[in-house]
Amino acid sequence: MTMLPAHSTPKKLGLVIDLDVCVGCHACVVSCKEWNTGGYGSALSDQDPYGADVSGAWLNRVHTFEVVPEGGEIVGEAGDARIVHFPKSCLHCEDAPCVTVCPTGASYKRSADGIVLVDEDKCIGCGLCAWACPYGAREMDLAAGVMKKCTLCIDRIYNETFEEVDRVPSCVRTCPANARHFGDLADPQSDVSIMVAQRGGMDLMPEQGTRPVNKYLPPRPRKSLADSARGLPLAENTDGAKGFFAWLDGMLDRI
Amino acid sequence: MHPAPSIILFTTLSGLGYGLAAVLGLGLLDPAAIATKFAHVLALALIGGGLLSSTLHLGNPQRAWRALSQWRSSWLSREGVMAIITFLPLVFSAWMAVFESRYLLLPGLLGTVLCLVTVYCTGMIYASLKSVQTWHTPLTPLCYLLFAVAGGFVLAGFFAFCGSGRTVLVPVLAIIFLIAAWAAKALWRDHMKRLVPLSTPESATGLGNIGHVRLFERPHVTENYLTSEMGFKVARKHAAKLWFVALIAGGVIPAGLFLSLLLTGAENGPFTAFIATLAVVTHMLGMLTERWLFFAEARHAVMNYYGG
Repeated sequence: MTMLPAHSTPKKLGLVIDLDVCVGCHACVVSCKEWNTGGYGSALSDQDPYGADVSGAWLNRVHTFEVVPEGGEIVGEAGDARIVHFPKSCLHCEDAPCVTVCPTGASYKRSADGIVLVDEDKCIGCGLCAWACPYGAREMDLAAGVMKKCTLCIDRIYNETFEEVDRVPSCVRTCPANARHFGDLADPQSDVSIMVAQRGGMDLMPEQGTRPVNKYLPPRPRKSLADSARGLPLAENTDGAKGFFAWLDGMLDRI
Repeated sequence: MHPAPSIILFTTLSGLGYGLAAVLGLGLLDPAAIATKFAHVLALALIGGGLLSSTLHLGNPQRAWRALSQWRSSWLSREGVMAIITFLPLVFSAWMAVFESRYLLLPGLLGTVLCLVTVYCTGMIYASLKSVQTWHTPLTPLCYLLFAVAGGFVLAGFFAFCGSGRTVLVPVLAIIFLIAAWAAKALWRDHMKRLVPLSTPESATGLGNIGHVRLFERPHVTENYLTSEMGFKVARKHAAKLWFVALIAGGVIPAGLFLSLLLTGAENGPFTAFIATLAVVTHMLGMLTERWLFFAEARHAVMNYYGG
């Protein structure tokens, strides 16, 4: 069934990704691939895995962007350019265009928790859903000929044989910097909703009208590099030295 | 967007097939003529061949029947359903023409309408994708429809000169629809060139309030499914020349050939059939170029994450 749920889903499970904290280590990328190649559906295949032209299906990728403020092309002139690491996986959109274009009913959005999934036994591998997604969240598995996407680790989050702490998506569990958070974004009292409200969590490409569930927390404002450097002690300068150091400074001057 | 040969071949062949079938449904050609019987068979062969080639790009073609199930939301599914429904009146009309040498008005017109609806569904598959801004316009299905009808009249013109009669009306309509189709396509191209990108690296990352965003490092050093499928760039630099080639081969030459046949008052015969064959072949080459450009020139929103 590729009609979207008629009503807003009671739960909106999704991720909140903190762009201020992500260090770009790609641990979530590797952990995602490792978990999902052995769990739900067919394995996540690679093509030419040990060759020069390696490629493969990944459900989560980290891009890195350089952000240059207006007039900041020359160092120290306006603001400083900054590097932002940018993890990207399926945003589990409320108006998911990938779901409605599917001709077979393989692509669907769960009415209970809003997770967008692919039923691999129905997928014909036409690739239209990947075309419809503006975020590039879907990648074809070229070996199995079916579309792959983030399942929000549906085989972890509801798995009661796991410890409570492990019932989160693999990427969230793995992140060493705590940049990824999982929760119910329909519940205003959930940790993720509070985080989004406090930090001004944002949608990616709101103009595409997809209403993504996943939110991104913007990087916090940063002092300029020159301001940060001012606080550092300078070896040549002893002005303002007190106590023992003032005495030592005087004695050394006299020698 | 990656111009997959199977999809280009499918949209071109089935477009021509549906166009020819739609023209045959109008009953302009003499149903008793051998050429008209061939025309009916060719239309069905083009449509069937096109549909078969469209399954070649599927990862699991053995499940293609499932694509008929989601007609309520998916234009691709609607296209599949309409293609099958359209076969019924087309096969009936072809049977009547081939074996009974008869044309029946109602099944004929029904076939014409269903052919046009099917081609409209094909155009809407592309026009419905907001992520590919170039395609996301009502001009896309209009171009698909006009090209199908123009191609149908070009093919019908060939059969007219091969003995189906109507050697004035059909070529005149072919010229009119060729002009209309390429005018619509020129509008479409103009629309494409004046587009302000809906999404930018700034809106894609949400970092626009800090400054100008540019890609520093891709997620992987090699290409992936997304960059090869959505980030096709090869020969985009030749786009202006290819557009010229498409316009000349697909529009100007066939229209010019038909016009010269009309002006010289040529009747049926081997020479006129040869000229009409040239018109059909150049039109097909032009259409293949046009379809290739349709994909190769389209930019996908995801490339905002890949620095393209």
